Amino acid sequence: MSVPVRKFDAVIVGAGGAGLRAALQLSEAGLKTAVLSKVFPTRSHTVAAQGGISASLGNVQEDKWEWHMYDTVKGSDWLGDQDAIEFMCRQAPEVVVELEHFGMPFDRLENGKIYQRPFGGHMAEFGKTPVQRACAAADRTGHAMLHTLYQRNVRANTQFFVEWMALDLIRDADGDVIGVTALEMETGETYVLHAKAVLFATGGAGRIYSASTNAFINTGDGLGMTVRAGIPLEDMEFWQFHPTGVAGAGVLITEGVRGEGGILLNANGERFMERYAPNAKDLASRDVVSRAMALEILEGRGCGKEKDHVLLKLDHLGPEIINHRLPGIREIAIKFAGVDPIKDPIPVVPTTHYMMGGIPANYKGEVVAPQGDNPEVRVNGFYAAGECACASVHGANRLGTNSLLDLVVFGKSAGNSMIEFIRNERKDWKPLPENAADFSLARLARLENQTDGEEVADVRNAMQKCVQLRAGVFRNDENLAKGVAEIKEIAERAKRTQIKDKSKVWNTARTEALELENLIEVAVATLISAEARKESRGAHAQDDHPERHDDEWMKHTLYDGQNRTLSYKPVHTQPLSVEYIAPQKRVY
Amino acid sequence: MDEVEKKRIVWRSRRGLLELDIQLERFVRDVLPGFSDTEWLAYSQMLLLSDNDLLDYLNGKVPCPDQSLVPMIERVRAQR
Repeated sequence: MSVPVRKFDAVIVGAGGAGLRAALQLSEAGLKTAVLSKVFPTRSHTVAAQGGISASLGNVQEDKWEWHMYDTVKGSDWLGDQDAIEFMCRQAPEVVVELEHFGMPFDRLENGKIYQRPFGGHMAEFGKTPVQRACAAADRTGHAMLHTLYQRNVRANTQFFVEWMALDLIRDADGDVIGVTALEMETGETYVLHAKAVLFATGGAGRIYSASTNAFINTGDGLGMTVRAGIPLEDMEFWQFHPTGVAGAGVLITEGVRGEGGILLNANGERFMERYAPNAKDLASRDVVSRAMALEILEGRGCGKEKDHVLLKLDHLGPEIINHRLPGIREIAIKFAGVDPIKDPIPVVPTTHYMMGGIPANYKGEVVAPQGDNPEVRVNGFYAAGECACASVHGANRLGTNSLLDLVVFGKSAGNSMIEFIRNERKDWKPLPENAADFSLARLARLENQTDGEEVADVRNAMQKCVQLRAGVFRNDENLAKGVAEIKEIAERAKRTQIKDKSKVWNTARTEALELENLIEVAVATLISAEARKESRGAHAQDDHPERHDDEWMKHTLYDGQNRTLSYKPVHTQPLSVEYIAPQKRVY
Repeated sequence: MDEVEKKRIVWRSRRGLLELDIQLERFVRDVLPGFSDTEWLAYSQMLLLSDNDLLDYLNGKVPCPDQSLVPMIERVRAQR
């Protein structure tokens, strides 16, 4: 069956910070650039980034990119690629000043320079003393970045395909990427977007967990498409968590609540943190509190009908403190947990907020996959940037404010690589195979004609519950092995989802079914990758293997989704210009 | 208002912020089906706000300066 074809020099999937930064580079170079997005660009999840963007501008205190690099390597627990990390930290001042010139409204010092605030993990002199490195636009840095980049793109004539969902990558017989198939929601029509180069900037996939701070759009669409195209995913076992999210909703409850005297209770009404951290108790560090909460739930002392959460009690603080020192918390608890914390405790669970792994890429934004003995052969015409990509700068754990930086540095870098590729190597479009859209059309037809299938929401809930329980904060051999078996079964169920609404236009049920097909790939990748890693590193805390083992495990996981097998590749230990930062114990 | 337009508005209730997604999903499910055309229109006008502004208004952090949007914002706020 033939579908309409549209031709572009570059096609970008995703209109968050990374996609928009890359698009700007391409459009300003005069290339015909299309950007696809499920939602209006300024409603991408980049708006949720509040903290800021780091750059060693040294506007407040002396700072050096080498120090920023050291913090990032240490944060990554030595799983980050040091060439990519050097590249990012060196580029940081330039890309931030560029954003300023684009009109991004940064907070300023009296002398007019960009103000920089302190942030956890930002240190001077190779980890010695704190330094102010985070640049921000009030508490709306991501929002300001998106709006600034969107306006510039409109001016540069980037063509936006808003409310379009990409379905699959198109690769030719050589394995080169030559476009994507995509669904226009308004008409329900499938199109082929034929391109010389394709960039994925599709963001994270936090929705694989039942508790996540991610917006509903974060369904790992780029990762699903990558797996289906036979390209592996890297380091999918690494996810960042926050201890207190509202159970069932994922919405963050600030740590300030425990700071003010809020305490955690299990089903027996016991203040369980006294057992895990006799001194710090509820004020222990994030990972200690998260682990304790997860253990209480796993051992059957969780609260509620499903015994799947613990309680954060603050009524003993009195309405005065709750209303005045914790503004907004009461509102959040009432709205998202249905309880008034002045009277009742808030049900909480650890909540996911960032995916460190993703599509394997290098610092040029080129997607690389194993071929023969070489673990990193460029996939011609395919690029990835932002949270969906694994460059890998975050390694096993991301440093705060490096996510926004990642978007602009690697968005720009990928854009430049694409320009070079299009001008030198891909001056004309490669021919489109006859059957370019068949795979996607078959997927749509399956969904259309499925009978005796399961509801999308039921399978999604089963997946989220499994990932939350088995690949959450607390991990051990037994639990992960159970999780692998369970998620494989759930993945089978995902192949037989059924939708009642068969209408063509604005069919949200169909969109959600397609999103689930992407999520499930990410969920399986996460469980299988996590089960195999028999050590603790960064965000992957494995209770049966509590130490980091550099000899055996300082390597990147590659998950092959077609065969559900794993292989590994070395960490890039050679920075671009400076000395290697050798592994040390990661203590703060 | 035709069904197609209503379905478009339902999709546009998907936002960049989780807090909005959850509130609007509930509102779409429980309240929108009973809306008159005028109410659908008012709701779609509210959706044109940027995510961070809409969240601030729904949280009551700051009042919405556009009076025409206030009644709908209050209805979403009242929804539990």
